[in-house]
Amino acid sequence: MNHNTIVGNEYNHTIEHVHRDDVGAKMGMWLFLFTEVLLFGGMFLTYAVYRYQYSEQFRLAAMELNTGIGTLNTVILLTSSLTVALSIAAIQKKNKFLSILMLSVTVVFALMFLVNKYFEWMAKINHGIFPASEELLGRPNGQILFFGLYYVMTGLHGLHVLIGVIVLLFMLYFLIKNDITLDNYTKLENAGLYWHLVDLIWIFLFPLFYLIQ
Amino acid sequence: MGNKKHIIGYNTYILVWLSLLALTAITVSIAGIHLGDYTLLIAMFIAAIKSALVINIFMHIKFDEPIFKVFLALSGFTLLIIFVLTFFDFIYR
Repeated sequence: MNHNTIVGNEYNHTIEHVHRDDVGAKMGMWLFLFTEVLLFGGMFLTYAVYRYQYSEQFRLAAMELNTGIGTLNTVILLTSSLTVALSIAAIQKKNKFLSILMLSVTVVFALMFLVNKYFEWMAKINHGIFPASEELLGRPNGQILFFGLYYVMTGLHGLHVLIGVIVLLFMLYFLIKNDITLDNYTKLENAGLYWHLVDLIWIFLFPLFYLIQ
Repeated sequence: MGNKKHIIGYNTYILVWLSLLALTAITVSIAGIHLGDYTLLIAMFIAAIKSALVINIFMHIKFDEPIFKVFLALSGFTLLIIFVLTFFDFIYR
């Protein structure tokens, strides 16, 4: 409670309480996450309708995606979800060092995910497959739609990972500066919730894009 | 304020993580077998189990305020309605 300061020398028992509402802060985070769910929900809906309409073309196009790199990124994201959860558990158990370590590992995993994504996209782009490319426009509609959705959905997801890295780095700073402590770690919990949502979205993106046979 | 919180131990998190990895291995291997239309169904079923694990344990919803569960149910239900109505329109157009 290092924020509580005693003010007023004349009135010895006047204590200024810092107003803090942890449940309210978390509720705000959950509400924000639902807007995210609906944002991605609209894209999953578009995907579902077109996959229903062009199932054969989607199957052919999906076979070109690299299942290995997709699986690797799944493992990376799942593990990063574990480390951010461990970081919160560590601060609850007064283990600041472990908390900082786990949060740093999470950031490293997030960056690894983005590096893999970069190589994956570059391989596709080098094969001439990117929105409005000559190669792609020469293909049937279903395949154009598949790759369009692939770039938009994994791209927006990647943007979320990037924002997650920035948010997690801020949390790391707060943790080191003792702004996140044993009795005040809601910030870290909320950042964790955001990070788990990014993981959740990937849990659905992965089978829908990489595992169509 | 802080003493009412439910704290999950490291071991539980690691156990959940191992289950998530196992489910990923299962979903990848099943995708290699030719099961036709069932592939998507099984993949979505496994993704749903993985989500339930992440939401309940990692996101702590199992031990949090009941109102968050209401929020979650509401957003899930909204998505379901949007999907059902869209497909109803699309298929019977």
